[in-house]
Amino acid sequence: MALQDKYRQLIDTAASSGVSNLQVREQDGVLYIDGEAPDGAVKDQLWNIYGQIDPNFLSGDVVMNINVATAVPGAKVKVVTEKSNLNIRKGPGTDQPIVGKAAHHEIITLVSKSSDQWWLVRTDDGEEGYAYAQYLAPVE
Amino acid sequence: MQKTFSRSLYFLAIAAFVSLSLFSCKSGVKDADIEAKIQANAALSHVAATVKDGVVTLSGEAKDEADKANAEAAVTAIEGVKQVVNNLTIAPPPPPPPVIISGDDQLNKGIADALKDFPTVQATAKDSIITVTGETTAANWKKIKIALDGLRPKKVDPKGLKIK
Repeated sequence: MALQDKYRQLIDTAASSGVSNLQVREQDGVLYIDGEAPDGAVKDQLWNIYGQIDPNFLSGDVVMNINVATAVPGAKVKVVTEKSNLNIRKGPGTDQPIVGKAAHHEIITLVSKSSDQWWLVRTDDGEEGYAYAQYLAPVE
Repeated sequence: MQKTFSRSLYFLAIAAFVSLSLFSCKSGVKDADIEAKIQANAALSHVAATVKDGVVTLSGEAKDEADKANAEAAVTAIEGVKQVVNNLTIAPPPPPPPVIISGDDQLNKGIADALKDFPTVQATAKDSIITVTGETTAANWKKIKIALDGLRPKKVDPKGLKIK
């Protein structure tokens, strides 16, 4: 229970900001926080609070997996790379050949989720393939 | 003498029984009728009830406080019920599902994807624990940490990582 006290503010914020399917479990000295945030802003807020309690996430005592609820098939998503284009690949993995590219800040369509990491997407030009989900944010 | 005494005792017992039966029937509803109504109520199918002289004792397990109160209210509403003794206990909440932890093969494949754009950082998974080494900025490490946590490791250990 000690970890739940250390991260109390993070857990309370997750519960009060509408995170659904919230699961907080402590196991072998690691606190696992899973859930679905109502939007990207809530997810960002939770990661910021986590970073305040444990600067630079150095303790290694939390594994937090928060998805964004609005990222559903058919949704428009924005390419949120640093500045480069986003690779669209034939299959879900960086070992897969590149079949297209989406520009920085381009808005594309989420077709389906192969996993939490790889989403099948389609550009307005009709290019379809798998992109790394971390670089895609639902348009809200 | 003794015979008369035991006979009068016998009559006394009968008189007591009759008056008691009459008394319990005063409300006009028999315990058996109350019991039948409880049994007929689907909302009360998970509780056990005993009825005596219009007093209903509930036992068993309710799902939660509201369920316990609802059961009591439903029984109270039955005609002829004088009192409800609510001995229902609240069921303990179900244990949370176990934490899902990925295997090393899956983690190492996911690590390769997550670190593709961060060549100065290395990470490997062993026994589902991801050990991170190398060096990077705090902003990049945050992105990496979010990606690595999403792979469902047992733990992410960044002690060997230098943050510039």
